Amino acid sequence: MTVTENKEKSVEVKNLDLHFGAVKVLQNLDLDIYEGEFLVLLGSSGCGKSTLLNCIAGLLEITGGQIFIEGRNVTWAEPSERGIGMVFQSYALYPQMTVEKNLSFSLKNKRMSKAEIEERVARAAGILQIEPLLHRKPAALSGGQRQRVAIGRALVRDADVFLFDEPLSNLDAKLRADLRVEIKKLHERLGNTMIYVTHDQIEAMTLADRIAIMKGGRIMQLASPHEIYNRPRNLYVADFIGSPSMNFLSGELDGSDFVTNGLRVPMGAYDFEEGSRRQGKAIIGLRPEHISTGDALASAAVTTRVKVDLVEPMGSDTLIYTALAGETVHVRMDGQAIVGPGDEVEIGFQPDRASLFDPDSEMRL
Amino acid sequence: MADVLTSATAAKTETALQGPQGPKPHKTFSRRNIMLYGTLIVVAVYYAIPLWIMVMTSLKGMPEIRLGNIFAPPVEITFEPWVKAWSEACTGLNCNGLSGYFWNSVQITVPSVIISIVIASVNGYALANWKFKGADVFFTILIFGAFIPYQVMLYPIVIMLREIGLYGDLGGLVIVHSIFGMPILTLLFRNYFTSLPQELFKAARVDGAGFWGIYFRVMLPMSIPIFTVAVILQVTGIWNDFLFGVVYTGPEAYPMTVALNNIVNTTQGVKEYNVNMAATILTALVPLFIYFVSGRLFVRGIAAGAVKG
Repeated sequence: MTVTENKEKSVEVKNLDLHFGAVKVLQNLDLDIYEGEFLVLLGSSGCGKSTLLNCIAGLLEITGGQIFIEGRNVTWAEPSERGIGMVFQSYALYPQMTVEKNLSFSLKNKRMSKAEIEERVARAAGILQIEPLLHRKPAALSGGQRQRVAIGRALVRDADVFLFDEPLSNLDAKLRADLRVEIKKLHERLGNTMIYVTHDQIEAMTLADRIAIMKGGRIMQLASPHEIYNRPRNLYVADFIGSPSMNFLSGELDGSDFVTNGLRVPMGAYDFEEGSRRQGKAIIGLRPEHISTGDALASAAVTTRVKVDLVEPMGSDTLIYTALAGETVHVRMDGQAIVGPGDEVEIGFQPDRASLFDPDSEMRL
Repeated sequence: MADVLTSATAAKTETALQGPQGPKPHKTFSRRNIMLYGTLIVVAVYYAIPLWIMVMTSLKGMPEIRLGNIFAPPVEITFEPWVKAWSEACTGLNCNGLSGYFWNSVQITVPSVIISIVIASVNGYALANWKFKGADVFFTILIFGAFIPYQVMLYPIVIMLREIGLYGDLGGLVIVHSIFGMPILTLLFRNYFTSLPQELFKAARVDGAGFWGIYFRVMLPMSIPIFTVAVILQVTGIWNDFLFGVVYTGPEAYPMTVALNNIVNTTQGVKEYNVNMAATILTALVPLFIYFVSGRLFVRGIAAGAVKG
């Protein structure tokens, strides 16, 4: 599912600036989204992800830069002229209209013929399996059904690009997981370009072809979920992605080893970024599941014994809190392991799965 | 931990329940209830007595009124004062009763209410959803208008109406009422439209609806409560207006309130209290009717506008 560079560009954001008065929400932002790609904008609240989506939709007037959709400069175009369909967090269904009227509203605005409207509504309803609901009003629908109608409203427009603004955030956990799968299936079936805003990293990881992690109006990293998870480009991304988050230990690079508080980790197998191999202060990042225990210890390069401070059993796996080199460290253990606070366990890790960061620039080494 | 939980639930089911259980009992004659209902009854009686006196007096003949028992119901019910108030009472020189002035008031109220609400709702919608340049300044000026005392504007408006040839005319009064209703109504509508979810507006824009399309097809159907509030405010306000009526219209075009004043204040002969009371009730009938019919909607609309849609 990786999208290669030679594919046609579907949405291009060039040099985008957005200021609200003196507040610069987006600054000099560039983003290319390829045809048929599922791009997720991920970040904590206030990072500008929804703002960026609204700019692409044309719902916010931008301060500077350009936006292209399907090769057409739509910087000054009305939202309805941009070939987009949008799904909102609060569903935003017109409460006084039936589902059918909700779906056909945009088509009527385009003065489309009755027969064509009927055909398109029927097709969208079929895809989303909402035919039995067509004559109900939104108030008589459940949250999941409403969200489906909202997606249908984007569907009937035959939009080139689908924009999702935290579409699942108002749903309960179970339904969210179900609809997530449905959106993924829908994307595979339709093949449209989709831009999806969320603060939920599980949604981002499961849905995205590429994830753009945003902070303070800037994109911190734009890459596939696999790369973002395994090769975070900076400390922010490393800390943001993964739950529980990555463990960080400060230390020094000494020769080909990383030394932290008496622990010497050989980094010979570590894949340094080009030209960043150096000596001196560094931070090592270790994911809780990349710290091995039990049988997996055999393949670990470095092992050490630690005391368990706290145990969080989560069913499928068990999380333990321990102190390593003066820092609290989370370790993910097998769910069947029986450990309690105060126990001693042996842990080990493989340096090639770790990440190294420069403490000053916070960039990956 | 798990052991403790299961043993606790087991113990609970085995022993019979003791102490307070089920719904908490409430005393009918608690101090709280006596205070609450006592106050409500006193206030209700306080407001009902004047209406009672008015209705009773209007149904009595003058000899019975002279006896002085203003609270007593009429011994002999007569509707003559009502007929007289409607069609024969003298307002200054002519003696045609209130009927003509009733129609004056209708002709003033209906167009004023419609014009002011139509314009104010579009204003409010534009201010809430279409952030145009200078919207904030415009809104500030409009709201400021609500705080300027009427006395300041009375005479300038007389001159303006005279210049456009509408002074002393019903049309002039309609314009004045429409303008004076604007600040408060615009504020009302703007706040209501702001409280509606912004995403609905965005969705409608993505769906290709324009300024009027969104107003008529998305916003209006969701705004029945606030329109009800606006209608009640305007109908009662304009119907009850006396000041503008007496200043901007001539004797032929006086609204009902001004005519009522003239009937009550006519000094020649005996004071016909029964006719005065009947005339007053007739004048108050329209706002009273509106309150009774839409009181419930009114409260709902105010609440909707205050909190959220």
